[in-house]
Amino acid sequence: MARPEPSGERLARNVLHFVRLLRRAGLHVGPGDIVDAGRAVAAIDALDRDQFYWALHAVLIRRHADHPMFDEAFRLFWRDPMGGESALALLLPQMKTPTTKPMSRRLSEAWRPPAPAAAEAPPAQPPEIDTFLAYSADEILRTRDFDEMSADELARARRLIRGLDAKLPTIASRRTIAARRGRRLDAARTVRAALRHHGELAALLRRRRVERPLEVVVLCDISGSMGRYAEMLLRFVHALQAHRGTGHVFTFATHLTNVTRVLRDRDVDRALALAGREVTDWSSGTRLGACLHEFNRLWSRRVLGQGAIVLLVTDGLDREDAGELAAEAARLRRSCRRLIWLNPLLRYAGFEPRATGVRALLPNVDEHRPVHDLDSLASLAQALAGL
Amino acid sequence: MTLPGSVDALAALLAEHGYLAPPSLATTLYLGLVLGKPVLLEGEAGVGKTEVAKALAAALGRRLIRLQCYEGLDATTAVYEWDFAKQMLAIRLAEGDRSGLEKALYSEKFLLRRPLLDALAPDPAGPPVLLIDELDRTDEPFEAFLLEILSDFQVTIPELGTIRAAAPPIAILTSNRTREIHDAIKRRCLYAWIDYPTAERELAIVAARAPEVPAQLAAQIVRFVQALRATDLFKKPGVAETLDWGHALVALGAVELDPDTVEATLGVLLKYQDDLARLTGPAARALAETARRPA
Repeated sequence: MARPEPSGERLARNVLHFVRLLRRAGLHVGPGDIVDAGRAVAAIDALDRDQFYWALHAVLIRRHADHPMFDEAFRLFWRDPMGGESALALLLPQMKTPTTKPMSRRLSEAWRPPAPAAAEAPPAQPPEIDTFLAYSADEILRTRDFDEMSADELARARRLIRGLDAKLPTIASRRTIAARRGRRLDAARTVRAALRHHGELAALLRRRRVERPLEVVVLCDISGSMGRYAEMLLRFVHALQAHRGTGHVFTFATHLTNVTRVLRDRDVDRALALAGREVTDWSSGTRLGACLHEFNRLWSRRVLGQGAIVLLVTDGLDREDAGELAAEAARLRRSCRRLIWLNPLLRYAGFEPRATGVRALLPNVDEHRPVHDLDSLASLAQALAGL
Repeated sequence: MTLPGSVDALAALLAEHGYLAPPSLATTLYLGLVLGKPVLLEGEAGVGKTEVAKALAAALGRRLIRLQCYEGLDATTAVYEWDFAKQMLAIRLAEGDRSGLEKALYSEKFLLRRPLLDALAPDPAGPPVLLIDELDRTDEPFEAFLLEILSDFQVTIPELGTIRAAAPPIAILTSNRTREIHDAIKRRCLYAWIDYPTAERELAIVAARAPEVPAQLAAQIVRFVQALRATDLFKKPGVAETLDWGHALVALGAVELDPDTVEATLGVLLKYQDDLARLTGPAARALAETARRPA
């Protein structure tokens, strides 16, 4: 039996929908990529599933970290209901809920606006949220303590955190670029401009300093008493650093673990799962002072060199030597630009620094902020941007 | 002079010039010379990373060109710059005929050579040693810029074309690891981690670099510093500190370590107040006593 040829128009439309799906799943693909993808699949034998896969991959994927998401999306989107007949798969868009293997949450959410099967264009849906908590009808959710949230509320909170678009604080670097206005003379451009005007000095051209984002280093307590807060904060950090690959994240309970590399994964759920595998002391007790000591000795010079801001996430409940804790916190504060203590226990209006750990830590930080609900995360994001 | 023919020959040559390289370092340096590849040296402050380049230049009789890195270092200070003042003057002087002015202004005459371009110029003594010191102090844009130079040893000046080194310089890069160097740079380099020296090597270093320190005092100094490095310090003293301490003790007329002198001069070894506070008093005295007892 002759294999049916995929119709070009239909294929192009499905490619378009596939690209949109990837974009909704958080991959950086733009309108130009749709054109390129169309060209790419036209240039190859679209009936060859491998060729088709790698053609789209070559055009749409630019970071190795995005490969797993692409792979899963491809498998689900171009799934063949008849069992391996790739031509049919190209002809028939399938939008049935996949049942073969569980989808990643991000992909299933990206899937939700069911578009491609419909003949007409899908109704344009307003994005769920534009800026972090800029408008959220749900006042209750915003101020609900993470530890008291239902599963549904948690899911919504996680989605809100993922959509967060926080700006990192910046600092003037010593590097300069050509600019209309600036303090420094751009002699090279000035001479060149003069040459264009037959040697007449028409204007003095300028350079200005470039702003660079400040590094943010996170030390996150993941001991048992931190409960949900550690997870939500790590999600927040993931969203904060999604835009650029710098900054460092450490977790600690009884010992310090560097989870920077695994948290680079674009998919926050998978990043956390990977981190969970790296970390061996989830939900145990805390040795705050010892962990800060370890950080100071082994890492501080390596990761705080660029004038980083340190977010220390802990409830300060440490039963060990308070003297050591105070000394190490002081050491840390002197090594960084700003030491900000994020404390979920600060949610209680009547919070008093009674625990010895808290009393040791408090005088040695620059700032003490709550992180127990979405509102406190939003104000943290605002505070960071304003530094 | 020609390059040494083996790792041992290179190590011996460096030793003649006062640098006692451990075998790992000597091997890496030798490979760098033979393969014509840059060598990236990392290690704690004061273990002698910069000294490697100085000793290598002296041992091979080559010129040492040093580029000290800092934040915001850019092409105009690292590679070349056009002499604008001179160019402006030339424009003013060429009042009448300005045809061909552009060509004249962007010629070698107006070019200010900076270290990296300098290192590509031919040298009768042989290619120079190019030391790019404390690379971790610059930012990523400069690292990206270094890539072209380190892989092809060439610089492109838009107005003049590409300048290529006839023979590549011997490039030594150092980093204190206050930041990770980008993988792309690392891939182009041979890598060596310089550790604190063993007691035996450190004693030899003191004998070579501070010959005025009496042998008995030198042995005590090294035992003390080695024991100090085994304690839990924020910043451990490097070889540079050991040598400084030797000089300091000789300047004070000490012939052996006594607890009072140790306590008075501890600031030569330890540069952080927490470390000093931890070590003054009984701890320093105990260490001094141990150091005085022959091994």
